[in-house]
Amino acid sequence: MEARRSNSFDASAAFDRCKHYRRRVLDVSQKVGALHVAPAFSCTEIVDSIYNHLMSGNGTVAGEDIFLMSKGHACILQYIILAECGVLTEEDLDRYCTPDGRLGTHPDYGTPGVAAATGSLGHGMGIAAGIAKAEQLLNRGSTTFLLLSDGECQEGSTWEAAMTAANLGLDNLVAFVDYNDFSGLERMSEGHKAFHPLADKFRSFGWDVEEVDGHNSSEIVRAVEARSGSKPFIAVCQTVKGKGVSYMENVPIWHYRSPNPEEYAQAIREIESTTL
Amino acid sequence: MRNRFADVFYDLGLKDDRLCMVVADISPAGSITKFREEFPDRFINTGVAEQVMIGLAAGMALRGLRPFAYTIATFTLYRPFEFIRDDLCYQNLPVTIVGIGGGVTYSTLGGTHHAMEDIAIASALPNMSVIAPIDPDETEAATRWCATQTRGPVYLRLGKAGEPNLSKGAETEWEFGKPRLLQRGQDVLVLTYGPMSGVAWDVVCGLRDKGQSVSFVSCHTLKPLDTDTILDLIRAHGRTVIIEETTPEGSLGQSVKASLYNSGIDKPVDTFSLKNEFIHSYGSHTELLAVHGLSAPAILEKLGA
Repeated sequence: MEARRSNSFDASAAFDRCKHYRRRVLDVSQKVGALHVAPAFSCTEIVDSIYNHLMSGNGTVAGEDIFLMSKGHACILQYIILAECGVLTEEDLDRYCTPDGRLGTHPDYGTPGVAAATGSLGHGMGIAAGIAKAEQLLNRGSTTFLLLSDGECQEGSTWEAAMTAANLGLDNLVAFVDYNDFSGLERMSEGHKAFHPLADKFRSFGWDVEEVDGHNSSEIVRAVEARSGSKPFIAVCQTVKGKGVSYMENVPIWHYRSPNPEEYAQAIREIESTTL
Repeated sequence: MRNRFADVFYDLGLKDDRLCMVVADISPAGSITKFREEFPDRFINTGVAEQVMIGLAAGMALRGLRPFAYTIATFTLYRPFEFIRDDLCYQNLPVTIVGIGGGVTYSTLGGTHHAMEDIAIASALPNMSVIAPIDPDETEAATRWCATQTRGPVYLRLGKAGEPNLSKGAETEWEFGKPRLLQRGQDVLVLTYGPMSGVAWDVVCGLRDKGQSVSFVSCHTLKPLDTDTILDLIRAHGRTVIIEETTPEGSLGQSVKASLYNSGIDKPVDTFSLKNEFIHSYGSHTELLAVHGLSAPAILEKLGA
């Protein structure tokens, strides 16, 4: 199946969708006081670009492209988009994180549209490599899209898998790093200096690498579409954790905290007032 | 066992192109070389990288392939443990994890290469099945089952080389989940599994020499454990002896004793296993087992035979 091409890319529509998604993430999570809003906001443009522009289908039909969210803690965003696609239902979102529902704060195997159970960091790259390898063996011509957090690039397993993906020539693997520079505890460029620069590390392991502004949908889409297609590809996306809500941006506690009613109202106001 | 496994896998792989072998820098013996040469795409060596061996196998299984992940037991199970738990067991994927040299098979390589606790660890995982055939014939049957089953992940614990065929002439075929009566007697029941069954067989012979009528049973499937059949066998014999190459905690012996207690059956059961100790000692497999107290003479002496 053909992926949509950039000549059909509409930056304004992407901006409106991302604004809508951020509002929905806040609404759905607020009902149950769920955490992990800020990590969903840092990757909103990336996941939107994948689902609404780069991917053929939504990963529910054999032979279509596949998306695996390795930074599973941001999956509320994926649920919102899957509901917009009709893969999940509004009722599913209404029951998010409740005993009657089927959606938790990490993606679960068996949930429609979810490629694999993730949440424990450092697992996604290996599974995605296996999926991409299988798709090659099955000769189905699909692309496997993968979203990593920068934190999980600290896991040794990510690098085992990065080496293997290059060794196996997985040219059908397209990855993104949500490079927001925060792990749960601290700013990574301060606490983990040797982690940087990240792009060079992937390059040296045999990947095609592009560094992009992870909140610029046009840049993300163009970088992926311009890839050589002969190696696994990764877009290292510079992002801001909590993007769009002033008090969340680059403040580590919002990895975990849920807004109180006043904070929620302010977050909605700020998101509504953003312009392209 | 290792060679038979490789031969059978090659055979199965000829007919089923879903079968793939993912190894972590180990050369599976025998016909796997042929498999690798004939199907290079379906033989993947991740290198010294066991976490991705499991992750890769999970991803392939998610797309309908049937991967076997294969290396030395400690590295196949311990190193990537959380990947086995999350990627394979949580998602209940039909991936076979082949652990070569469970127990102290790698007897001269030291404690880092001894998988003494593998049965307990693998058995503790939800959805995981655990199989430890006693000989090459059972290995063949188990491998065939693993290649086609749809239950979920399997830990297949194999010996390294040279295990005798103890199950030849058994009354029944190998069946997943069913203890297998290899020799029928009246007085003593000997239960065992895995590559050290030769020691158990020597115990059977020793007891016979003392005039006992002995039943010899392969408990090749440790999980799910068919406790009903085992309890029926225990009821039918005067005494039971369990001989196994694993640490006592989480062992067959411990499970059987718990089942006996729960069922209110009052029958003597003697259990012999590895010690829960790291042994800083080297030698042949048989010699290492003996250091752990698992030699036929030592067991017979403890049994008063």
